[in-house]
Amino acid sequence: MSNIAVTDAAAPSTAAKPFLNRLGAGFVNRLVIIVPYLWLLFFFLIPFVIVFKISLSQTAIAMPPYTPVLDFSDGVSGFFAGFRNLNFDNYVWLTQDALYFKAYVTSVIIAAISTVLTLIVGYPIAYGMSRAPATIRPTLLMLVILPFWTSFLIRVYAWIGILKPEGLLNQLLLSLHIINQPLVILNTYTAIFIGIVYSYLPFMVLPLYSSLEKMDYSLIEAAKDLGCPPTSAFWKITFPLSLPGVIAGCLLVFIPAVGEFVIPDLLGGSSTLMIGKTLWNEFFANRDWPVSSAVAVILLLLLTVPIMLFQQAQARAQEQGK
Amino acid sequence: MNATWSRFNVTSIVLGFAFLYLPIVLLIVFSFNESKLVTVWGGFSTKWYVSLFHNQGLMDATWVTARVGVISATVATVLGTLAALTLTRYTRFRGRVLFSGMVFAPLVMPEVITGLSLLLLFVAVGLDRGFFTVTLAHITLTMCFVAVVVQSRLVSFDRSLEEAAMDLGATPAKTFFQITLPVILPAIVSGWMLAFTLSLDDLVIASFTSGPGATTLPMKIYSQVRLGVTPEINAACTILIAVVAVGVIIASIANKRREVQRQLDEQAAQRG
Repeated sequence: MSNIAVTDAAAPSTAAKPFLNRLGAGFVNRLVIIVPYLWLLFFFLIPFVIVFKISLSQTAIAMPPYTPVLDFSDGVSGFFAGFRNLNFDNYVWLTQDALYFKAYVTSVIIAAISTVLTLIVGYPIAYGMSRAPATIRPTLLMLVILPFWTSFLIRVYAWIGILKPEGLLNQLLLSLHIINQPLVILNTYTAIFIGIVYSYLPFMVLPLYSSLEKMDYSLIEAAKDLGCPPTSAFWKITFPLSLPGVIAGCLLVFIPAVGEFVIPDLLGGSSTLMIGKTLWNEFFANRDWPVSSAVAVILLLLLTVPIMLFQQAQARAQEQGK
Repeated sequence: MNATWSRFNVTSIVLGFAFLYLPIVLLIVFSFNESKLVTVWGGFSTKWYVSLFHNQGLMDATWVTARVGVISATVATVLGTLAALTLTRYTRFRGRVLFSGMVFAPLVMPEVITGLSLLLLFVAVGLDRGFFTVTLAHITLTMCFVAVVVQSRLVSFDRSLEEAAMDLGATPAKTFFQITLPVILPAIVSGWMLAFTLSLDDLVIASFTSGPGATTLPMKIYSQVRLGVTPEINAACTILIAVVAVGVIIASIANKRREVQRQLDEQAAQRG
């Protein structure tokens, strides 16, 4: 890896150290960078190149089930000849079948609505936590994180028993005579919204809490003293100051929610359409690896901007932490 | 502060935590249900736990999951700690932007994309799908979470401690193992636990990268959930929750004790 040139700002006064020692430190410094770098390059970045390559291939009844594309089995000249035979049929197919377009649009809309709902549910919790007595704050923080440690699959599964027609929610509402007919919630988009809000709530609350906790509360008191009503003090002071947390939280919910599979599959049933589920079915049910690769490439393109925003927000938070 | 801890704040916290915990509590309660109908209470019973231990497929899956979890969490902790050191200590090297991108992107990347891309990599290099490939996939995913956890501790780390050790003649290696490592150890431990639970939990990536003979517990639970909700799955989930909860509680107590010890040491040092 010649492109990783270590400018070693970390070790002070190395010049005074014996030569061998310096050599050792430099080598270790390089190793610290190179090992995780190479690992991520090989297991995270290169796979995307392969996904793109396979998305230009065709299905075949073979193992692996696609025709070879851009490989070196015909030597180097065969590799370059392959460029002329590249075809974008899978992408054309994605644009022609309305199902895929609808799945992408629905996924983005569902993820956006769920993100707003999670923000609405999460903000009061985070705000309440940040105003709690300092002694119980660590406990509250722990209580928000704890569900995150229990299985995602289990937490989604738990909602099936609650939402199904003869489930606990309907039993409760029927026995209280609030409704006469069981509500149909399971296998609808409503169930997906509930599932996403529930599963991703800690991801929203934690960044919100960390930016609200840092806020100087005397600003609110000053506003109050100057006659500003609480609501407009909130919108003029609290909310703008918590904006970094809002942005980080929304991105943490929105991006994975667009490609979510478990929630639409278990709670949304067969009548709902989301792109993560479409990709899964293309791959596991239809065994069409090239088309599912093309679906993944488009999904990745769709998420490039939010992911870059997220990374920038992370980098900025890291700079401020110093 | 107490004046602002208003009724509204208390209510929103109580409702929020009820929303977070009620489904899990209900799941646990109904795992002790005598009746086969999951949502109708038929009396207390532990028979589903007994039948669980006679379910060979489930036990095999548990064993696979535990091994994948321990191995992948351990490797991911080493790699993630190195990545965190890189991110905080080496602010200038070529390819740094790419590196931080590769650390942060997997945190939010939809699992279907990560799973599919890793599978295609394994096929391309001719690795047979199974235990080994699931472990590699989990290392890749979880090392990024470890990196973020350890990095947040490293950022607040007082570098003058290291400089003092070096000035007193400690080698860089000795400085790292005697000064840096003990200070960031709590973060490394919680990074390991996070990696372990993420591995324990993962359905999507495991489904893509696993092969015959390496069915993990979430894959097993998922295939049964698709057939309907049963008390036996509730029992399996309850055990899983209990294991994780006990682990988290032990870790937090240990952390607290270490913190108290550290404060005592500091006080003693100041007096001494």
